[in-house]
Amino acid sequence: MAVSDLEPDLIVDNAQCVCVIPDVMKHSRLMIRAVCCMAGLWLIGVLGMIGVGAEQQPPASEGHPERFGLGEPASMDLIQRLDIDVRPDGTGLPEGSGTAAAGAPVYAARCASCHGPSGEGATANQLVGAAPVGASPATIGNYWPYATTLFDYIRRAMPTNAPGSLSTAEVYGLTAWLLAANGIIDTDADINAQTLPLVRMPARNIFVPDDRLDANTVR
Amino acid sequence: MRTYEVHMSKRLSRRTLLSSVAGAVGGTAASRALPALAQTPTDTTRTRGPGPRTLGMRSPFEQPQRDPSPTSSRTPLQDLHGTITPSDLHFERHHGGIPDIDPHEYQLLVHGLVDRPTVFSLDDLKRFPATSRICFLECSGNLRRGREDLSPQLLCGLTSQTEWTGVRLATVLREVGVQPPAAWLLAEGQDAAVMTRSIPMTKAWDDALIVYAQNGEPLRPAHGYPARLLLPGWEGNSSVKWLRRIDIGNAPFMTREETSRYTDPLGDGTARQFSFIMDARSVITSPSYPQTLNPGWHEIRGIAWSGRGRIERVEVSIDGGSTWEDSVLQTPVLPKAHVRFRHLWNWRGTETEIVSRATDETGYIQPTFDALVAARGPRTRYHQNPVTGWRIGTGGQVRLSLERLGGRIGPRA
Repeated sequence: MAVSDLEPDLIVDNAQCVCVIPDVMKHSRLMIRAVCCMAGLWLIGVLGMIGVGAEQQPPASEGHPERFGLGEPASMDLIQRLDIDVRPDGTGLPEGSGTAAAGAPVYAARCASCHGPSGEGATANQLVGAAPVGASPATIGNYWPYATTLFDYIRRAMPTNAPGSLSTAEVYGLTAWLLAANGIIDTDADINAQTLPLVRMPARNIFVPDDRLDANTVR
Repeated sequence: MRTYEVHMSKRLSRRTLLSSVAGAVGGTAASRALPALAQTPTDTTRTRGPGPRTLGMRSPFEQPQRDPSPTSSRTPLQDLHGTITPSDLHFERHHGGIPDIDPHEYQLLVHGLVDRPTVFSLDDLKRFPATSRICFLECSGNLRRGREDLSPQLLCGLTSQTEWTGVRLATVLREVGVQPPAAWLLAEGQDAAVMTRSIPMTKAWDDALIVYAQNGEPLRPAHGYPARLLLPGWEGNSSVKWLRRIDIGNAPFMTREETSRYTDPLGDGTARQFSFIMDARSVITSPSYPQTLNPGWHEIRGIAWSGRGRIERVEVSIDGGSTWEDSVLQTPVLPKAHVRFRHLWNWRGTETEIVSRATDETGYIQPTFDALVAARGPRTRYHQNPVTGWRIGTGGQVRLSLERLGGRIGPRA
């Protein structure tokens, strides 16, 4: 997917970075997540050029060789088999698609017994609700910032009595059903690797970085 | 820092031991212990005892137990001495149960923004230069409240301390060659939750470890066997157990456990994210519920810890917070580690409250519950480290101070 296909705030999100204050780095007082609203793409480029990650790399311990020569090169097969994470920009989403209609019977069969017939919660968490953003109870509709996280989490961990057993089509269908049940997408929307990262979640902007270390006051 | 020695010598009769076992562990465990006790000879000098064995075991008089729920178990803080948690009493928090992993089949894949995507065996990890570190591990959801019949275990038993041994993550990262603009890594577990958390590279280069041993022996399965991430001072969930994959990227991966979970709703409608560090905290582990005290001398004992560094001082109040005195800290005081504090106290039989308050080397002072709620709003869920106290009744009954923790609420608080 080209960057230009993304909605603006998603581009900005890619620019979230860790800015290191060198003299406090070793104390892990760590990071200020810089979200640069006007200069997201510029920042990506600059960070890439100056190599933020590499600059954080401390010198090797005394007496250590440059490399120990341990481990084996990882095959592409192994990486492809294990690399199941899906990122906010859609990286990692597989081919395939689903709609809320396709997801409804999957939800009823595989999810409803724990999450309730309509996602209202039962022995497991409430997934659907009308509470406004940031209010209680927290649901996908009012607390989850990224739609891609739904696909990632359902595929890796749900249902808890048979994790990893859902097909790609079923995961896309469930993702679509949950988004539609929360009123975030139309019930006939086709959810796939191209459309899912473009879904704007209601709680997209409620999260703020950890500010507890800025001062010794209670935060 | 004041120092003093206390010599306590008390010969416990068998009857005293029996009653203390029954009182400490409750009916079920005590009834399990009794058959063993019944076989104990009355005069151990007249009968030769059993010889050495392949594995040691606890005295049948000692039955410390974790308090399990379907997803976690709590360390019996009130039963422990010093600062090391025996491995079988280390708290647990699992999201998909405990996987059964064959160490010969174990692989750790490191890939993403690296020069050489590499898979390491357990033997590979053990061949790297090893390092050991004593530090605490605490779940960020470590506060129960609302009832006065809570022991230290139930109040905040989701913290434990271990000597961990493994390899610095920085050493492994150098082996694969991290590329710019690496900024975050994804740590992934091999459990049924396939647990994932995004970790900033600053922590990875700083003091992160991949550990394969706890307290001198391989990790217990419940704690990540055969290898796990260990991030000193950070919330337990980020120290991903059963580590199978590290994917290095340029931004947080925004997994479920760092968006819809392990984030802290604040009073203004926002929510704090990537709140990794565990703030300073202390708790008195004795006297505590359900003890009953006799008037006279007691040593107030507890643990204090801070994810920011060393504990600087622990103040103790024996009059409900009106006056405070510095307790004695057991040396060495290690950074990001439980430290034992002690304070002598002559209880004269009048109703009072004993309270502790920690300050760490950054100057951070353990806050009150009311201050936390005022700063974060009523829905704050994680990272609650309030000052707690124990009320002592005129009869010596010890109960958790409700008023310090927002008063009485339902049993599921």
